[in-house]
Amino acid sequence: MMYRCEVCDYAYDEAVGEPHEGFPPGTPWTAVPDDWCCPDCGVREKVDFVPAEGGSA
Amino acid sequence: MTEQPMPDTLSGHAVVTDERPTWRDGKRYLWLLGTVVPLFLFAGWGLVNATGLGLFWWIGPIVVYVMIPTLDLVIGDDRSNAPEDVVAWLERDRYYRWVTYLFLPCQFAALFTGFWLMTRQGGLPVIDKLGIATTLGMLNGIAINTAHELGHKKEHLERWFARIALAPCGYGHFFIEHNRGHHVRVATPDDPASSRFGEAFWAFWPRTVVGSVRNGWRLEKTRLRRMDKGTWTLRNDVLSAWAMTAVLWAALIVLFGVGIVPYLLLQAVLAFSLLEAVNYLEHYGLRRQQLPNGRFERVTPRHSWNNNHVTTNLFLYHLQRHSDHHANPTRRYQALRHFEDSPQLPAGYAAMILLAYVPPLWRRVMDKRVLAHYGGDVTLANIDPRKRDKLLAKFAPPADAAHASAA
Repeated sequence: MMYRCEVCDYAYDEAVGEPHEGFPPGTPWTAVPDDWCCPDCGVREKVDFVPAEGGSA
Repeated sequence: MTEQPMPDTLSGHAVVTDERPTWRDGKRYLWLLGTVVPLFLFAGWGLVNATGLGLFWWIGPIVVYVMIPTLDLVIGDDRSNAPEDVVAWLERDRYYRWVTYLFLPCQFAALFTGFWLMTRQGGLPVIDKLGIATTLGMLNGIAINTAHELGHKKEHLERWFARIALAPCGYGHFFIEHNRGHHVRVATPDDPASSRFGEAFWAFWPRTVVGSVRNGWRLEKTRLRRMDKGTWTLRNDVLSAWAMTAVLWAALIVLFGVGIVPYLLLQAVLAFSLLEAVNYLEHYGLRRQQLPNGRFERVTPRHSWNNNHVTTNLFLYHLQRHSDHHANPTRRYQALRHFEDSPQLPAGYAAMILLAYVPPLWRRVMDKRVLAHYGGDVTLANIDPRKRDKLLAKFAPPADAAHASAA
């Protein structure tokens, strides 16, 4: 599953995780805290991300 | 108030086309002015030699506080935006990246030359050393702006360059705090780097300097805890940035002697104080309103102060098109846009810094503009809590105007 930031092109891919942010590969989106902000733009937080291609709403 | 989606034109997603556009960027080669800023030290050295006047060691403050505001007055505005269908091409053009990368060798050449000039042949008189240190402070302060441009980019190399540009002034934590702290909480009472209505620059300075260190540290601590790592490690990006400063400063002291320490510290304080003066201008009094769910409304062009004076914009890589920067932080400087509905400062950032140093003048010029921005309703501004009662009494909103202009 992928979740895309509404502002920039960043996408969180559960399979890849975001190791620098402390989310190793395989970290489910549900394990990411709500106030985690987009690591690229910092404009939007997790709750504003939208499921990306292949994802479900 | 409901959270409105941003109009399409605000999106950071550029229209993609591979065709080379016929449109030409009038500022293309002028951006190099920003790149060569550190070389003003060498111009100063030349002028000292040519005239015998030590005054020119102070060329940094002369440029920042006299030359740029004067050129802003003479040359004036440029409100033009690149056409939307050119933006993708403009962002991919690597020339614009090299303009920022080449700042770094200029910056380090000036840094080492500055301390060499101070100490060679028995050293210069104290007043001249102070001049060089002040000039280095201005140059390394402007370098924070270059670091800012680089640090927002997604590419690893550019983020590394950002840290290197921040090393001389010891402000490496800015790279962390600005991107993941300031941008998230901008124009809210929680952000130390957003100045408040009624807050003097001299009160803002300690709040933002201390708050930025504290927040940068907290952000890294939280991140490292998620990785099951301790805070005191070089994986801590704040610590590793400070370590880079320690190594650089140690090298300078070994090369030029322990006598440079006061000047090293002076230039660092002046550099980050210049940055904090710019921070002070960028969001003064502006506030994102709180939504019923407790979150703040999304940042819009109404939450930053902008200016289109072309000289300051060239020297600061369009930093003054600050609303677009906050709407789309990864957008590259050459593509940043002017928005008609964004709040405008009456002068360029360089002139406004001078005003910020004199709080009564600043308040006289800016308070009415903040008030006008909120349709006369002072309660919508980001008010300094220590002055809240006084300001509410002074700017009491007309009963029927209250909350009419929030949208």
